[in-house]
Amino acid sequence: MIVLEGKSVFNDICIGNISFYKRNESIIKRYKVEDTKAEINRFHEAKEEGKKQLQALYEKALENVGEANAAIFEIHQMMLEDLDYCESIENIITTQGVNTEYAVGTTADNFSAMFMAMDDAYMQGRAADVKDVSERLIKILTNAQEGLNTLVDDVIIAADDLVPSETVQLDKDKVLGFIMQQGSANSHTAILARSMGIPAIIGLGNELNESLDGTFAIVDGFEGKVYIDPDEATLTSMKKRQKEALERKELLQQLKDKEDITLDGTKINIYANIGNPSDVGNVLKNDANGIGLFRSEFLYLENSDFPTEEQQFIAYKTVAENMAGKKVIIRTLDIGADKQVDYFNLDKEENPALGYRAIRICLTKKEIFKTQLRALFRAAVFGNISIMFPMIIAVEEVLEIKEIMKEVQEELREEKIPFKENIEIGIMIETPASVMISDELAKEVDFFSVGTNDLTQYTLAIDRQNQKLDRFYNAHHKAVLRMIKLAADNAHAHGKWIGICGELGADTSLTEEFLRMGIDELSVSPSMVLEVRKRVREIDLSK
Amino acid sequence: MKSFKYVIKDEIGIHARPAGLLVKESGKFQSAITLKANGKTGDAKRIFGIMGMAVKQNDEVTVEAEGADEEEAITTLKKFFEENL
Repeated sequence: MIVLEGKSVFNDICIGNISFYKRNESIIKRYKVEDTKAEINRFHEAKEEGKKQLQALYEKALENVGEANAAIFEIHQMMLEDLDYCESIENIITTQGVNTEYAVGTTADNFSAMFMAMDDAYMQGRAADVKDVSERLIKILTNAQEGLNTLVDDVIIAADDLVPSETVQLDKDKVLGFIMQQGSANSHTAILARSMGIPAIIGLGNELNESLDGTFAIVDGFEGKVYIDPDEATLTSMKKRQKEALERKELLQQLKDKEDITLDGTKINIYANIGNPSDVGNVLKNDANGIGLFRSEFLYLENSDFPTEEQQFIAYKTVAENMAGKKVIIRTLDIGADKQVDYFNLDKEENPALGYRAIRICLTKKEIFKTQLRALFRAAVFGNISIMFPMIIAVEEVLEIKEIMKEVQEELREEKIPFKENIEIGIMIETPASVMISDELAKEVDFFSVGTNDLTQYTLAIDRQNQKLDRFYNAHHKAVLRMIKLAADNAHAHGKWIGICGELGADTSLTEEFLRMGIDELSVSPSMVLEVRKRVREIDLSK
Repeated sequence: MKSFKYVIKDEIGIHARPAGLLVKESGKFQSAITLKANGKTGDAKRIFGIMGMAVKQNDEVTVEAEGADEEEAITTLKKFFEENL
């Protein structure tokens, strides 16, 4: 078994034989021509033929892969007609007295070099388009046959990289996946794989070569690996994963764009938890209606010093903009306990879980807190941002936070920096204290979000990391569920909403109970969104 | 000569597709149509010229038209930029 590693562009698994894409690339000969006018006519005839072929490809692609993917062939037609391109070819023919094939080849090299030199991955990818268009002309001029691969069985297509005219000719029903030596996330192969929803791995390097043509392989798009001649154990485990992926895909297909609503018509918001702006893609892919918990810790954990206001502003703004008006609840920093950062210089504590952490740090080191709030208020201009504060145990803390918020807004106003004034604020319900006084807290904030992990640990006085305590631990302990119910009742009595963002939120055996409590929102990891949606849609609260 | 300025909103700038559409749109007019951005100038009727300018998001472009139908060209292209870029 050989294992190759590359970069995955689509998460899925396929198993089959490799078919190495054979390309009959024309070798261009340079020879002198006397009658350059006749040579230019040859070029024009080839160009007309090329345009005709591209029009046919466009129509074929329109049918098979849709307008957005077909547009490339329209662009190729324009490239063929481009004055700069044509003038360059004609100039080479006239001034050097050479054949059209050579003039086209040289022009292709010059134009693709221009794209390659551009400081932009997308534009660099367009060099392949120039080559593709030029290759077409040369094939017409030399009467070469198009390299149409007739696929007999379902195969994994391997190549250095494929150009659009090659991918469009593939018999899509027979392609299991793509594995490429080169390629970028913007390459046509990658775009096509994503739109076809099949696994593709790029950048596998030269270890992937023609000698592997016909060999049996597994493409693992989750890990970015290709297993050549897999052993029995790998094959069995990958088949299992493939089956799971298929089931998940089916679930996904059925539930995308569906409402989060019970059989009797009760609506609930299913949001997603994220820890990094790069997770937003997954949130959208899984069709979550918002972000219920954006942990801002990554900014602190990934840095070697306190993140600047600008760094934070950009991260929050990016997420808010990408969510396009959907709710994004950002939790202020929750450092301490199990999340330690060197530059905070926190002392070693006997009981870190009961120690100096989260809002306690913020209210002590106000400058850190104010920097984060400034970034949040500024970013809120660009989307639907709410702010949530962790580890609250007293009303006084909330009042102090509000005082600091006022100060920060006053400063921003004086500095004439744009910011959003009325922003929704909420608190995490993760201490028994906050549950017991949730009636008073509800008067001061707009929403609650239950952090079930900490709430369970503090309520049961059980450290989750301690395996010896497993027999005493009950994730569905009545005490915890009653706590959540109490907080929910108090929130609703004051016209506020309540969500759950801890692990229990994704526990589908509790979804019905939460709905009966009147929980308004469940925030779960992106990959669980559709599973929770499935459960919600099965529940009938009228029964 | 008529002209207008526009700040590009599209995330990847004037990429292949809008460049192609722009060439198509500009080709409908007799007037010479020029695109200026970042100190570079390109003929709006030539796709490689436009793509070669590598216009990115937030870049300000100036579109100029000169000829018999310049007025109409500017109106149409302004609308085109607002809708596509």
